[in-house]
Amino acid sequence: MRKTAIALALGAALLSPFIAPALAQVDAAKSSVVAVSRQMGVPVEGKFRRFSAQVSFDPARPAEGKASLEIDIASFDLGDADFNRETAKKEWFDAAKFPKATFVTSAIKPAGPGKFDAAGKLTIKGKTLDVVAPVTYKAEGGQQVFEGVLPIKRLQFNIGEGEWKDTATVADDVQIKFRIVTAKK
Amino acid sequence: MKMSLPTLGYSRTAIALHWAIALLIFCAFPLGIYMADLPFSPGRLKLYSYHKWIGVTVFLLALARLAWRWQHPAPPPPAGMPAWQRIASIATHHLLYLLLFAVPISGWLMSSAKGFQTVYLGIIPLPDLLTKDKALGDALLLVHQILNFTLATLVVTHLTAALKHYFVDRDEVLGRMIPLLNQRKPR
Ligand code: HEM
Repeated sequence: MRKTAIALALGAALLSPFIAPALAQVDAAKSSVVAVSRQMGVPVEGKFRRFSAQVSFDPARPAEGKASLEIDIASFDLGDADFNRETAKKEWFDAAKFPKATFVTSAIKPAGPGKFDAAGKLTIKGKTLDVVAPVTYKAEGGQQVFEGVLPIKRLQFNIGEGEWKDTATVADDVQIKFRIVTAKK
Repeated sequence: MKMSLPTLGYSRTAIALHWAIALLIFCAFPLGIYMADLPFSPGRLKLYSYHKWIGVTVFLLALARLAWRWQHPAPPPPAGMPAWQRIASIATHHLLYLLLFAVPISGWLMSSAKGFQTVYLGIIPLPDLLTKDKALGDALLLVHQILNFTLATLVVTHLTAALKHYFVDRDEVLGRMIPLLNQRKPR
């Protein structure tokens, strides 16, 4: 998997004079994907500790941009052992059956200075939905920084089944906060 | 016993605050013990929140109570009460006041350290004075437990003393907090 990614990146780099821009890997230390939910009105933050992303983006030509993100569901960390055990279960992410969540862009459109709308397919727990993620872009010391907040409804992905469907305890609205920083070239 | 000064009693406000706080503690305490052993479920999350809300309410009422107490001194102990009992009652009351604040504050700090903010009634977020720290959270749980154990001991002492005043000494002490017993209107 990693090898393929590296091979892909290498291939893309070699071909880059012909198909610019190149596919970039992410700088894991600077990137983050966090889900914020509300439990009895209390904001609760969970981090996805492991994920990989490939981005190829030129702000001058957003329409040619592409990005894909793959998240390791088992790495979800709410900062509490009880909560982590619970969210891996069938009623929540069912991490054993659906180990990955993905986001793959289908179209990127400009939405004001430094802002873009990234439309794409979001797959969580085996369910795929079309979403549009608002993204702000900046270049920082040879790295590209993409940031944004994607609001989703957890029940649309069957996250929280059975008694957990009760949105009075855990709200339906979840915000996915992402910060993707590409690796230095 | 006949009182020479009819004004020597607790005000209605003091009585109301006393019983409101007592009632809330009698809810929060067993709830705290019960909820911690529940399996992970929406019910458990709800009870944790209710427990926190009740505790924060105790804290707020305790503030009101202390402010009121400042302006309205308690009636004196019955004449002829031995000095050691007077001292013991003053000590117990002071400690109880202290715990009315210390118990909720320890719960609030523990919640912050455990990484779960307290949002009063699900609406008003209380500031997190501590950042998330598992070891600190566990230590504060122990503090919360010890303070609660102390509170429970003092409440039992307080209750026993009140009953002794009523059944053994047959004085007006309990009736000052339960005016029905003394058949005398509070001021
Ligand atoms: C008068 C006020 C309060 C009383 C009498 C009280 C009493 C208790 C008791 C008896 C327990 C069980 C401890 C044990 O496991 O043995 C408990 C647990 C707990 N209390 Fe309180 N409490 C009060 C206020 C608060 C407040 C204000 C908060 C938070 C804002 C709070 C948060 C908690 C939490 C989170 C636990 C469970 C800890 C755990 O097991 O993980 N409490 N409380």
